[in-house]
Amino acid sequence: MNFAFSEVAVQAGEAAREVLREAASGAARRAFGAGVDAALWARVRGLGWLGAAIPEAFGGSSLGEEGLCLIAEALGESLAPVPFAGGAYVAAPALLRFGSAAQQARWLPGIADGSVAAAWALSEGPGAPEARAVGTVFRDGALTGVKWPVVDGTLAQLALVVARDGAGEVGVYLAPLEGVSREALAGLDPSRGVARLAFERAPAELLASGWSAVEAVLARAAVFVAFEQLGGAHRALMMARDYALERQAFGRKIGSFQAVKHKLADVYVAIELARSHAFYAVWAMMAEAPDFLRAAAAARVAATRAFEMAAAETIQVHGGMGFTWDSDCHLFYRRSKHLALCLGGIGYWKDILVRTLEQRNAA
Amino acid sequence: MDFEDSPEEAAFRAEASAFLEREAPGFGGRGDVAAAKAWQGTKAEAGFAGITWPRRFGGRGGTPMQQVIWNQEEEKYQVPRGVFEIGLGMCVPTVMAYAEAAVCERLVGPALRGETIWCQLFSEPAAGSDVAGLRMRAEREGDGWRINGQKIWTSGAHFSDFGLLLARTDPSVPKHRGLTMFFVEMGSPGIEVRRIRQISGESNFNEVFFTNVWVPDGQRLGEVGDGWRVALTTLMHERLAIGSLPGPDFEDLLTLAQEIAIEGAPAIGNAAVRERLADWYVQSQGLEYTKWRAITALSRGQMPGPEASIYKLVSARKIQDLSGFALDLLGEAGLAAGGRFAEAWLQSPGGRIAGGTDEILRNIIAERVLGLPGDIRLDRDKPFNA
Ligand SMILES: Cc1cc2nc3c(=O)[nH]c(=O)nc-3n(C[C@H](O)[C@H](O)[C@H](O)COP(=O)(O)OP(=O)(O)OC[C@H]3O[C@@H](n4cnc5c(N)ncnc54)[C@H](O)[C@@H]3O)c2cc1C
Repeated sequence: MNFAFSEVAVQAGEAAREVLREAASGAARRAFGAGVDAALWARVRGLGWLGAAIPEAFGGSSLGEEGLCLIAEALGESLAPVPFAGGAYVAAPALLRFGSAAQQARWLPGIADGSVAAAWALSEGPGAPEARAVGTVFRDGALTGVKWPVVDGTLAQLALVVARDGAGEVGVYLAPLEGVSREALAGLDPSRGVARLAFERAPAELLASGWSAVEAVLARAAVFVAFEQLGGAHRALMMARDYALERQAFGRKIGSFQAVKHKLADVYVAIELARSHAFYAVWAMMAEAPDFLRAAAAARVAATRAFEMAAAETIQVHGGMGFTWDSDCHLFYRRSKHLALCLGGIGYWKDILVRTLEQRNAA
Repeated sequence: MDFEDSPEEAAFRAEASAFLEREAPGFGGRGDVAAAKAWQGTKAEAGFAGITWPRRFGGRGGTPMQQVIWNQEEEKYQVPRGVFEIGLGMCVPTVMAYAEAAVCERLVGPALRGETIWCQLFSEPAAGSDVAGLRMRAEREGDGWRINGQKIWTSGAHFSDFGLLLARTDPSVPKHRGLTMFFVEMGSPGIEVRRIRQISGESNFNEVFFTNVWVPDGQRLGEVGDGWRVALTTLMHERLAIGSLPGPDFEDLLTLAQEIAIEGAPAIGNAAVRERLADWYVQSQGLEYTKWRAITALSRGQMPGPEASIYKLVSARKIQDLSGFALDLLGEAGLAAGGRFAEAWLQSPGGRIAGGTDEILRNIIAERVLGLPGDIRLDRDKPFNA
């Protein structure tokens, strides 16, 4: 049994962490309002991380999904405010899985070098992802409808839009965003941009058809995002640990109070269980295992819970200081909810998890 | 990443599973001590007992990875093995680490072949989590020791032949420093075993009274006053057992939720039920994958550290919650249900206490993994009898 990452992947993750330690320091805060740190984004583009899981033929580095996962973990740990996910986690895996040769040749090189930032456009307002909530239509080679919120929607060049065709069938469409009207929205995590996109007969083409394709795209993205969540959760836990070792109350370190120790032990347990699920999910993705959708859902549920728990308890351990604008605690708190919602909330994924178990038992 | 065995591992697995396929069905479903002894003997004869133990004591001289593979294969059969877990898992390895060769030669082989059973005599009425606070007194007398006091919660003492005994040899020094480890023959004059009835109604553990029990100095393990360090060896072996606690698992609950109806439809369609099922899947399957990570580390020669506390902490609680929820799903019928969920629910509180309570395990993670300060110990540096 070798349930561990390859040496190259581990090195890529460590190298990313090393770069981000300085390059991303303070970046999330600087990005407030803008939703991106331009200097950091330029740096990240230059490092080739976006193409980690893209074949060399399309300008990628063929490092592989394992490597991309550990880069994602480093990005999550540093709260890097860059439009990385839409291209690297959503669009590229979707194009590699479903795209025609022409679509791959047209889009993958730009995603790999960062000249094309991509956005995932499924949501049309409140509610969990579901086929019947899709009101955007595709007719005569063009999309019409309103999508919001769309992460990185204002700066992306390409969107993967979920829409319905004339026959009512839902699918994923590739839509260049030139000429599409976009409005920036105030984000829950202001270091990440969200927007409202109004498509009005915007040219687009079909990438993949059927709700199961939508879920397949979401599931791949969920695995990579789980690693960002793990990175964020781990960093939040370490911040709490460090503060608990420094802050004194009642004549002792607050880290010596069991209420604090046991809380942090519980966070540690949640993170380790989530890490194990994420490991399995990346394996299942690479091996195209029949239980991949379930594995992705479990990884998503576990990682979401771990990051949200870690971020909330970190504020708690920091006391009043943790509630201030100037402390970094709220950056993690905000990011934890941003990542929890960006591919559909936890309830949606729990339902997928149980549904796939029912399907397995029925088979 | 892959889940394949190496060629050597695969060969061992094939050998193990062929043996099990041939021999295990004959022991299926039997839980009595005699059957357990017979099964242990059968394993030993074929070289599947003491897989990591040295050959000179009758072990296989194999790797921890082979032990894991053996456990995985053996778990597929309902063979009786529980009565040996404490002895072969913790007590005898401690003997091998500290006793002289002649003593090992005399004791290890019979234990391995299932001819003798060992129990762990650590906990006392006044010393459980804080086991170093124990009072059982061992006083020097000639070329041996005179032992008086009481142990409690000793699993299997009523059918054990030997016990690993932690006793106080010097009450005038701080508690951790005045302890010494011995092994004792449970048939020695002055030892009295009394069964204790558990909440489930069964009696698997005991009180053990020592009245002027004579133990020769040759049965001492480690130096006088070094018992705490020896005890840590025993407790470390607990971590190597990357097994699973017995009891209903997630799949049993899933099946129940598909069978039971709520408002005329299978319970699994109920949103609240689905939510809980998803949570437990994440817990139980997450633990399984965490074991795979530990096994990977083990196969690379790394020994499990304090992070291994996660297994029992998560699984003991999970069995309690999961079986309790299964009873809830049964509704009023749960009132009358015997069966595995009721049984597991009654057993489960013990799992959260035995072998380190939930709270002690959280302390271990907080202190030894996360590096937070130890608890304040008011008695640590004081002489025990002060
Ligand atoms: C089924 C079963 C089998 C057992 N088998 C054996 C055996 O074979 N041999 C043997 O030697 N022992 C055995 N034990 C004993 C077991 O190791 C002890 O019960 C256990 O260590 C707890 O000790 P205690 O019962 O004295 O509880 P206590 O230590 O008194 O604990 C009571 C409560 O206080 C909490 N507590 C104690 N200290 C702390 C702390 N520092 N921080 C926070 N909370 C704390 C505990 O978590 C617990 O909730 C067995 C127990 C059970 C239930």
